Amino acid sequence: MSGRAIMARSATPSGRRPMSASTRYILAGGAILAVLGIAAAAAPLIAPYDPESMAVREVMGVPSLLHPFGSDVLGRDVLSRVIYGLRASLLISISAVAASLVVAIPAGVLAGYFGRWVDSLISRTLDMILVLPAMLLAITLIAILGPGSVVAAIAIAVIYLPILARVMRTSTLVVTRNEYVEGSRARGAGHLRVLMTHVIPNALGPVIVQASVLSAFAMQLEAGLSFLGLGTQPPTPSLGGMLSDGRDVLTQAPWVEIFPGLAIVVAVLGFSFLGEGLRRAFDPRGVAE
Amino acid sequence: MSPVLSFNDVRIRFRGDNAAHAAAAVDGVSIHLVKGEIFGIVGESGSGKSTLANAAMGLLPSSVEVSGSITVNGREMIGLGPDELRHMRGSEISMIFQDASASLDPTWSVGEQIAETVRAHRPVARGEARARAIELMGEVGIPDAAARYNDAPHRFSGGMRQRIVIAAALANNPQILIADEPTTALDVTIQAQVLKLIDALRRNHGTTVALITHDLGVVAQVCDRVGVMYRGRLLEVGNAREVFANPTHPYTRALLAANPAWAKRGSRLPVVPAEWSVETPDFANAGGTT
Amino acid sequence: MSDLLRVQNMRKTFVTGGPPWKRQRLVAVNDVSLSVPRGETLGLVGESGSGKSTLGRCILGLVPPDSGSVVFDGIEVTNLSGRALSEFRRRVQPVFQDPFGSLDPRWSVGRSVREALDVFRIGTPADREKRVLELFDRVGLDPALVHRMPASLSGGQRQRVAIAAALASEPELIVADEPVSALDMSVQAQILNLFMDLQQDLGLATIFVTHDLGVVEHVSHRVAVMYHGTLVEVGDTDQVMNRPQHDYTRTLLAAVPTLAPPTVQGGTHAQGQH
Repeated sequence: MSGRAIMARSATPSGRRPMSASTRYILAGGAILAVLGIAAAAAPLIAPYDPESMAVREVMGVPSLLHPFGSDVLGRDVLSRVIYGLRASLLISISAVAASLVVAIPAGVLAGYFGRWVDSLISRTLDMILVLPAMLLAITLIAILGPGSVVAAIAIAVIYLPILARVMRTSTLVVTRNEYVEGSRARGAGHLRVLMTHVIPNALGPVIVQASVLSAFAMQLEAGLSFLGLGTQPPTPSLGGMLSDGRDVLTQAPWVEIFPGLAIVVAVLGFSFLGEGLRRAFDPRGVAE
Repeated sequence: MSPVLSFNDVRIRFRGDNAAHAAAAVDGVSIHLVKGEIFGIVGESGSGKSTLANAAMGLLPSSVEVSGSITVNGREMIGLGPDELRHMRGSEISMIFQDASASLDPTWSVGEQIAETVRAHRPVARGEARARAIELMGEVGIPDAAARYNDAPHRFSGGMRQRIVIAAALANNPQILIADEPTTALDVTIQAQVLKLIDALRRNHGTTVALITHDLGVVAQVCDRVGVMYRGRLLEVGNAREVFANPTHPYTRALLAANPAWAKRGSRLPVVPAEWSVETPDFANAGGTT
Repeated sequence: MSDLLRVQNMRKTFVTGGPPWKRQRLVAVNDVSLSVPRGETLGLVGESGSGKSTLGRCILGLVPPDSGSVVFDGIEVTNLSGRALSEFRRRVQPVFQDPFGSLDPRWSVGRSVREALDVFRIGTPADREKRVLELFDRVGLDPALVHRMPASLSGGQRQRVAIAAALASEPELIVADEPVSALDMSVQAQILNLFMDLQQDLGLATIFVTHDLGVVEHVSHRVAVMYHGTLVEVGDTDQVMNRPQHDYTRTLLAAVPTLAPPTVQGGTHAQGQH
């Protein structure tokens, strides 16, 4: 979308509706994530080299036509490693958030809809997770289960569970107060039907927004864990692990550090744009523009 | 007698002129309020009655186009800068709203909020402001005012909160009070007390009151004169009793007839004709196909 | 005349929120008994906090009362479950105040009207579609509106949709909680007319919960007045409005602004400048 086109539209309000800010954010975030996602999914096809094959002669090679992002301390192609690393990072962060949602949505809905002791039970249990610092919780889990990408994903999912469940609980509370929920009960609908047809569809907006924002943080969290050597294990490439490797040669071969760092920034930006766009789109007041 | 508050051919237009906004705009309204009268402005949704009131207070956002003239004691309000507006608000003209709780800060005591309003316009000592606040609370009928000075808003009932808001609005003896649906959120028994209070203010202080309401009964109860608005236009102005007894405009007539209190029990209520409906199809469509 | 609904000694309390040591038990409905004959409208009036809405919700079975009984058409309904509860729900339907909150914003208004037909499995899907159109016609809505979303309808249209939704299961009793309070005066008259038409044509019994005495007087055969959870007076509309027995009813009636001219007080400002 060129800037000129946007200006032309706003200059003629009588024409088609100008694209709203929320749509622009969603398109921008979606486009970034689509490009990264396709690259990650098609890694074996587009990566120029095997990310784990070393070449002694190319140790810390300067970016060139053959190795656009240069090569690292072991002579591995940085571009290929970034593509594979992105694949690992996206997979872990997205599946972590998805796993968290699978538990958080029902927990939040039940707590918000039924209230009373159901709410107390669920909310207090989640509070116990929430009081622990996120990193500490992750490290503890990894200490128990051992390091690895699956464990990192589980750790992230557990950290996000109380946050997402709480958002879902709050929006459920708001939706449940609407008279159409009571009306539906009076029309003979059982609790399950009311939840599935009225409450969940209307309460889902905020939690989706939150999930896309948290996906951005999940990327960083995963990178942090891998940086500490607790996430994806070498030699499998991961963005955080690459940052960790590049740290030692930052002055001699900055490209080893810069390109995985940039990949994280771009991915986080994509999730943030998407989250912001969704937030604006779901904002009931529509004042965000 | 020269008017205290005067609207002269006031036109208000919202930018982005779709049907919904056009319905809320004001289209050439002239009203002149004289000292000590209670003037009722009645209308249904989209009549522009609240927009008109907000314009008098300079409360409309700058994106709204206001033309014509609104004078308070001969002073033009349209086009005043923020500082001058702040000076006028409170000291010359004051406004209260439907939702009293929203006008009060829940974390402050009600007494301090009134005292703060006093100090906002006059350089008086804290003690003096406090004394004035208690005096005002007493005047609007808060029992045991001195003892309740330090109570937070939530410790008062809805009717009492509206009295406190009125006390704050009166802190600097404004000559004009604009009351926008001041009793709509209140129970009828409480409404009767608040209306009595507004009437007492007018009689004791000569305050001029513009009472904006959708409720014809409220107008009948306290207003001297009434103006009937519909879709931004003023259809009829006159002595409240005369307007109710002999409405000249068909819309006023239809609205009065539609009131169930007037009709024979169980009879079909005469319906306001479609051309005067507030819910014409284009108005309904304005909500949009989003 | 046989009573369609009989409420006896109903009591409902709520525990207030906040920390446990501050919680209090509030009596919302205190030992209330009343009855509604078939085809009659009972006006239930009271101010905020009088318990009138809670009583309505208890009758609908949406809130369980602490004690007391609700007998509908000879059947005790306070502890129904399963098929019997479903059958009771079909016969007693609510209409709520807020025409914005009573329709699911994500559903077309036609689907909202069809909800009861779907839940109670009344007729074939084709029958249901046809019935929805009939109901739209019945409440004075253009059947072309069935596919509209609530956001694109006016307040009065939405309230008609809500009434159509309540009528879908052919109930015998409607509990309407402030159904016209959120509407403009001109629209209010139309909806009141609709209620009276439905009453006459379908023989519906109605409990009309409202704070508005003018409305109650117009539509009700009998009036019940509630104050602080207690039913202070019940009787024929004429009797309650013109010869109230209880002090509170008298206070309430005296407070209602009438359209009779205001009494002359102080200076008059007869002719304004135009």
